Formats: sequence, C-alpha cells, structure tokens
Amino acid sequence: MRVCVVGAGSIGSLFAAHLATVADVLVLTRRENHARALNAQGLRVSGRNDFTARLTAASTARELPEFELGIIATKATGLEAAADSLAGHFPAATIMTVQNGLGAEAVVRQRGDWPIVSAVTFMSGTKHSDTHVEYILDTPTWLGPYGQTPYEQVREIAGLLVASGLKAEAMPDLLPAQWSKLIFNATVNGVAALTGLPHDRHFAAEADVSDLGHLVHDLVDEGRRVAAAAGVVLHDDPWEMNVLATKRGSAHYPSMLEDVEAHRETEVELINGALVREAGRSGVEAPLHAAIYRLVKAKEASYG
Amino acid sequence: MRVCIVGCGAVGSLFAANLAQLDDVDVWAFDLAQDHVDAINRQGLRLSGAGEVVGRLRATSDPREVPSCDFGIVATKAMHTASAIEATAAAFAKGCVATVQNGLGNEEAIAVQTERVIRGTTFPAGKMLEPGHVQWDVEGDTTLGPFEPRPAPRAEIERLAEACTRAGMPTVAVADARGPQWRKVIFNAATNPVGALTGLTHGRVCEDPALRRLVTGLVDEGKAVAAAQHIELDADPEDLIDHAARPDVAYDHKASMLQDVEVRRLTEIDYLNGGIVRFGEQHGVPTPLQRAIWALVKGLEQSWR
Repeated sequence: MRVCVVGAGSIGSLFAAHLATVADVLVLTRRENHARALNAQGLRVSGRNDFTARLTAASTARELPEFELGIIATKATGLEAAADSLAGHFPAATIMTVQNGLGAEAVVRQRGDWPIVSAVTFMSGTKHSDTHVEYILDTPTWLGPYGQTPYEQVREIAGLLVASGLKAEAMPDLLPAQWSKLIFNATVNGVAALTGLPHDRHFAAEADVSDLGHLVHDLVDEGRRVAAAAGVVLHDDPWEMNVLATKRGSAHYPSMLEDVEAHRETEVELINGALVREAGRSGVEAPLHAAIYRLVKAKEASYG
Repeated sequence: MRVCIVGCGAVGSLFAANLAQLDDVDVWAFDLAQDHVDAINRQGLRLSGAGEVVGRLRATSDPREVPSCDFGIVATKAMHTASAIEATAAAFAKGCVATVQNGLGNEEAIAVQTERVIRGTTFPAGKMLEPGHVQWDVEGDTTLGPFEPRPAPRAEIERLAEACTRAGMPTVAVADARGPQWRKVIFNAATNPVGALTGLTHGRVCEDPALRRLVTGLVDEGKAVAAAQHIELDADPEDLIDHAARPDVAYDHKASMLQDVEVRRLTEIDYLNGGIVRFGEQHGVPTPLQRAIWALVKGLEQSWR
C-alpha cells in the first residue's frame, strides 16, 4: 500500500509518520527545503508515541510515483492549491479530505473523479520543526464515504490508520459528525480569534449576563437549528464538546486564533462562511454566526 | 455660582477650563491623577486645538477639600461614576449634578448619592496631552435635561446651560434629554466595538457592505429599545454613521474603544452595549447582537489578565 500525505503541518505530519510504520508513505510539501529535511532526517514523533519514521518527500507532484490513497491534510486555506497539484494525475488513487468546515470534498471533486473519503479529525499535535511533531491529543479521526465511494473502502482506510497507531472509526454517514465539528469549530474558533482567548473556562462560563458562555451557547443553538434545517442529526452535542474541552487542564489555542495573531488568512471561509451559506440554502436565519463570520473577515482585512 | 468638575480628564477639562473664563463662576476640579491636579494648581488648565484657553481653577484629589457647590459636572469614564460621586456627594447636598459621560446608567448611579440629577450628552472631544494640558479635538453641542426619577429643577438646568454656552460650550436645556443620549449611545454601541474587535477605522468599517449591515443590525436593536421607552431620537444614528465615514470627517478615526484595546485599557462596553441589553431586558426587547458584541469585548478584556 502506498499513501501520499499532501501537506505536512501538524495533522499531516501525524498521519504521515504513523502510516509510515505500516505503509510506503510519500509526503508532498509546499516548501522544497521542508521535503529535503524530511528525506534527510525522517520525521520524529514525540508525546503520546515516540519514534522516527522514514518516508519520501517531494515539493512537486510530478516527482511522485502513483499511490493508492491520498490524504489532503492542508489547512482549508491551502486546499485549492493542494487539489490543483493532484489534478490530472494519480488515476488509481482514492482521496481523503480532513479539512475543518464543509465543502472540501466538492473542491477535490472539481479537480478529478477519484473516489473520495470524507474525514474529520479530533487529534491534535504541535509541530516543533519541519521534522518533529508532538502528538498531543489522541482523540479519533472519523471517516465516511463521499458520493459513490463504497463503505468497505472506508473501513479499510480506518483499519490502516488504527494499525498505524492512530485512533480512527469508519461511519456509514459522516455528516452528523462533520456537522458537530463544524458547529464546534465555527463557535470556538471564531470566538477565540475575536477575543484572543484560548479555549479556556471562559467559553463555558454562564454565571453573569455578559459571560462568554452565553454567546457560545447561543452560537451552538443557532448552529443546531441550521443543522436541523439541513436535515442533519448531530452525532455529538457541540455544547458538551465545548464544556469537555475547557476542562482538559491546559487550554488549547484554536488555529484561527493563532492565524489572526500571526496575521495569516484564517479558515473562516470554509468554517463560519460554510455554516452561514448552509443557513441561507435551508432558509433559516443565522445572525450570530453571520456576525462572527463578518468580524473575522474584517479582522483579516485589517492586517494591512 | 460654584461648579465642580468630577473627573477632569479630556472632556471634563473642556468644561473646566472654559467655565473658568467666566467671572461669575468659581470652578473646582476633582480628579485622582495627582500630577494633573498639581499642574492645574500651578499653571492653570490649558486647552489647545479647537480653542486656545487657559483656565484658572482649583483642583484637588481630596474630596473633603471640595466646598459646597451649586453644580457638579461628572465626566469620568462610566465605570468610575459610582465611586466618584460617592466620594464627592457631600459637596452637592444643596446642588444639582449633571453627567456628560458616555453610555447608559450614569444618571442612575449619581441618583443613588444625590437628589437633583441632570441627564446630559456632550459631543465635544479631546485627549490628554500632558498633566494640565488637553488637546481640544472636536467642538460640539451639549444637551441637558432632567433625570426623571430625581430631576433637577428646570430653572437650575437652564442656569447651567446658559453658563456653559456663555463659556464657549454651546449647551441647550430641554425637557427630555433622552433623545440625544440614546442617539449617541446607539451610534457608539454600533461602531466602537466593531472597530475594537476588528482593528478597523470608522471609515473602513463602513465601506465593507457586510460589516456595515452588522452595524445596521446593532443600530436597529438600539432603536427598538429606545422606541419601547417612547424615546424620540433627535437624529437617525445611521445618518451620523455615514456622515462620520466621510474622508473629511472621521474616516481614519480609530474609535476610542479601539484605542482602549490597543493599550489593554478597560472599555466602556458595559455602559454602551451592556446598557442597551439591560434596558432591553426591562422593556422586553430582545437584543441578541448587542449581547454577542458585549460578550466578545468582555472576552477580549479577559484575555489580557
């Protein structure tokens, strides 16, 4: 089995290193010196697991041999470029997307007719260097078929991930889990980006009238109504996901907060933007999510 | 007559220095910034910009030094109203106390300590340059009227308005001063926090159509809360917002709340958006966007701790 991981941020690095213990792994990086470093030094995992994986990296798709499974693990902001680089190649591949938000599968579909597998991942890591990722939260990756992809194929990929030492679960219908995470991310990431707060106890505080937990709750409830209007029954309650995450001890810095602090483009378009567009499609109002979406977009515009 | 300015920051200084020009007005200033107080007592209170003025007045940081006054003009930031009036209330036992502050709830806090309260709204603005010296940026009108639950007598309100006007601070006394107050509050609550959360100047907030719609959503909630109290706005906040966005007016202006968050200073959000939410609750008007903005700015303040 040959697997290509596109994008070697923290999530891509975690997939690539673990899969390299059970498969032949290629990594497609954006920067050439990143690929060179991976080829020379391998990829070290620390934290929950501890090993160094050998793999083959390249910075252009032309240099890659055929593969059977492609995992696009870029941020949502890098998805289009990643999918462009695969277009017209790798006819035997199945492509798996793990981006936050909604719509990643459709972006890939526009570039080719590969079978597509949808995934959401709850694992987290911190990249300490191009060749070292720390595996922090070993929460699972959930996978489901997109379009006509057979479920059996999804189960095989989930099995491969489990065999590699990651947690994974196949589901016949991923939408309920995808929407739970969408609502969670739209709420928590958006509020964190605007307030500068990591995902800490403030997000669950509801004692005073102006406490942030009320807004978080209202955003979750609004997201629930959008999901219901779209005919989706949620897999997990995003409010409970939020409360649980704030009790983990060390507060997580949502990527959207890191992005605005570094004056980078955020994933707001595919997360909050997607939720607001889904609301519009289903004919329900989502004024609070629309406000968060507009404010984060405006914050991006202020970078100058 | 004797007037004490309670809180002699930028706006308080505009009233203090101008009123001190009048022979028939004895001006005092109460402020906690000792270097500012000392500078005023040493060399007078100087204004530059829209007017060049030096006012001779007595300043103190000790409330026990303030003599009995005919009028108080409270000009602190809204979060300091209660403590400032509690400290100085004895001086106004026979007098009237006006607020020229931002936001909602100042009159209520003053009325806890004093009998005769004047609701006020002022548009002049400035900034502190150094102790004893204030930049006068914007001229504008002031409106004074009775605070209905504990009103100052009409004749007294007119006497204070006349003195301010004569001193170069155009001021009108009206029967219902809620209209200008709510117009200003709605304007500030719809624009200041959006600037503070995004980092954009007033003009840039207004030229992004989607963001401008969010501002309108906030204005509409504020108008609904005002309407539920039968308050007639003296102008449409929307017109003021568009006017201020013009390149020759305040396109490049960073809202004071954005200036606050840039230096991690507590904002007046509780008295702007928080005030609209509280009055909305009392009158059964939902204000979901005002609540959301209030919580976001509170969260931003909490991120500094």
